[in-house]
Amino acid sequence: MTPAIVCRNLTKQFGAFRAVDAISFDVQPGEIFGFLGANGAGKTTAMRMLCGLSYPTSGEATVAGYDVYREQEKIKRKIGYMSQKFSLYENLTVRENITFFGGIYGLSDKVLKEKREAMIGTLGLSNEAGKLVGSLPLGWKQKLAFSVAVLHDPAIVFLDEPTGGVDPITRRQFWDLIYAAADRGITVFVTTHYMDEAEYCDRISIMVDGRIEALDAPRLLKERYHAADMQDVFYQLARKAVRSDN
Amino acid sequence: MIRVEQLSKTYGDVRAVREVSFAVERGELFGLIGPDGAGKTSLIRILTTLLRADSGTATVGGYDVVTDYRAIRNTVGYMPGRFSLYQDLSIEENLHFFATLFGTTVRENYAVIRPIYEQIEPFKKRRAGQLSGGMKQKLALCCALVHQPTVLFLDEPTTGVDVVSRKEFWDMLGLLKSQGMTILVSTPYMDEASLCDRIALIQEGKILSVDTPAAIPGQYRGILLAVRADEIYALLKDLRALPWLKSCYAFGESIHCTVGQPADAARLREALTGHSNLEVKEIPASIEDCFIQLMNP
Repeated sequence: MTPAIVCRNLTKQFGAFRAVDAISFDVQPGEIFGFLGANGAGKTTAMRMLCGLSYPTSGEATVAGYDVYREQEKIKRKIGYMSQKFSLYENLTVRENITFFGGIYGLSDKVLKEKREAMIGTLGLSNEAGKLVGSLPLGWKQKLAFSVAVLHDPAIVFLDEPTGGVDPITRRQFWDLIYAAADRGITVFVTTHYMDEAEYCDRISIMVDGRIEALDAPRLLKERYHAADMQDVFYQLARKAVRSDN
Repeated sequence: MIRVEQLSKTYGDVRAVREVSFAVERGELFGLIGPDGAGKTSLIRILTTLLRADSGTATVGGYDVVTDYRAIRNTVGYMPGRFSLYQDLSIEENLHFFATLFGTTVRENYAVIRPIYEQIEPFKKRRAGQLSGGMKQKLALCCALVHQPTVLFLDEPTTGVDVVSRKEFWDMLGLLKSQGMTILVSTPYMDEASLCDRIALIQEGKILSVDTPAAIPGQYRGILLAVRADEIYALLKDLRALPWLKSCYAFGESIHCTVGQPADAARLREALTGHSNLEVKEIPASIEDCFIQLMNP
C-alpha cells in the first residue's frame, strides 16, 4: 500500500531560523497519527507544508501521492482540514455551512444534498439545522466542523488541536468520530495538548526544536522512556527544548 | 477571602452562571475546573467587578463586588485569559505602567515579583509583542502582582500551552501560594486539579462539586474498571454492546467501565474472551472520571 504521507528530510528555513529541521516519517492509509510537540517546536509550519500552504526549503514529501512542491492544488483537493481556531462560519446556519464547504470541495448538488441530510441526521442536529453555527455549544461546533472536514471523503484529514477546551464527554464523542473516519480508511493527522488523547493514536511523533525526537506507538514509547504515561514521555523529551513559540 | 452566594448571570437565553455558591479561604489555591462555556470567565469577571451579576451576592477580601467595586479593583490582581498587555511597550515599560496605575512602584513590591521577573529580566528591553507565549505569560503574571494584591485571579493561564510550560506555570503558582497569596485559578485541564488545595467542578454554569482533589474521587458511585486489549477500537465497540455496564468510555491507553458489583469484573472478562492480551483491573477514579459521572447524574 502506498503511504498516505511520505516525508524525507523536510526542512523549512525562515532567514537564519530553521523552523523545521529535516524531518522524515511515513503515515499509512487509515492510520491515526498524533503529531505532538512543545509550543514553537515547528508543528504548525510542518503541517502547512503538508497541506500545500507553504513551500519547503529543502527535502521531499508527498501527500496522497502528490508532491508538495509541484502539486499543491491537487493535495488541497485530497485533504480535509480543521482547527480549533478556524472551522466554520458562525454567521451561517448549520445547513449553509455544510452546503458552502461541500461546494468548495466540488461536490455535485445531488451528492451534496444526500451527504448533508445524512450528516445532520448522524450528528443529531435535525432541530438545529436552521440555526446559526455561532449559537451552538462549542462541542457541537467541533463535531460539525470535523464532519464537514471529511464531507468529501478526503484521503487525509489534518486536525490542529481539535478538542481544546471541550468537555470530557464531548471530547470522547469527538474521538469516536475520528475512529469511525479512520475505520472508513481516512488517514488522520492530529495535534493535541491532551496527553490522554495521544494514547488514542496508532503512532505518535514528538517534535522538539524543529526535529522529530521520537516516533512510535504510544505503548512502545512508554516502554522506551520507562514512563507511566504519555505525559511523562512528552515531559522527558520536551523539557530539553531550547525554543519556545514565536 | 472570597465568598460567593447564589450568584447567577444570564446572557439572553444562556444561563452562564446558575446559583453558584462557594468560599475561598485566605492563603488557599482554589481551582475552578470545567470546559469552555462552563461559566468560569463570567464568574471571574463578576468577582473582579468587570461584570454585574443578575442576582446573588459576592465579596472579595470582605468587600462587596457591587458597592465596594473600587476597593476591590485596588486590591486584587487579575490575569485575563487573553493576553492584554501593551504589545508596543517593552517588558519594563509594561511593568512600570501597571505599577503606576496602582499608585505604586516596581521597586516597592519587587520582592513579590522577583522570582518570576528574574526569568524575563534579561529581555526587559524587548517589546511585549515580540515575546514567546511562555514569556508573555510570565510578564502578565508580574503585571498582575506588581501592586501586591491580596487575591490573585487567573483565567485559564495554561490553555493551549504545552505540558512543560504548564508545569512551570504551576510551579510559579505554588511559589506565590507559599508566600501566603490567595489564588483563584480556572482551567479546562482536569489533570491540574491535583495541584490545587480545593477545587470546584463547574459545567453549564452550575457547580457539580466542591472539595479537595483527594476527596472528590471518594464520591464516585460504583466500581471503576480499566480494560485493555490489543484492538482498542474493537474492544470499545464490544463493551458498548454490554447493556449492564453503567458507563464505558476511552481513557488514555485503556477503556474505563463502571460496574455495580465486584463480581462484574469476572463477568466482564468472560464476555471478552475473544480479545487478545485482555486486562481488566479495578482502579481509583480520577477527577476526570468524577467529572464525567457528575455530568450524567
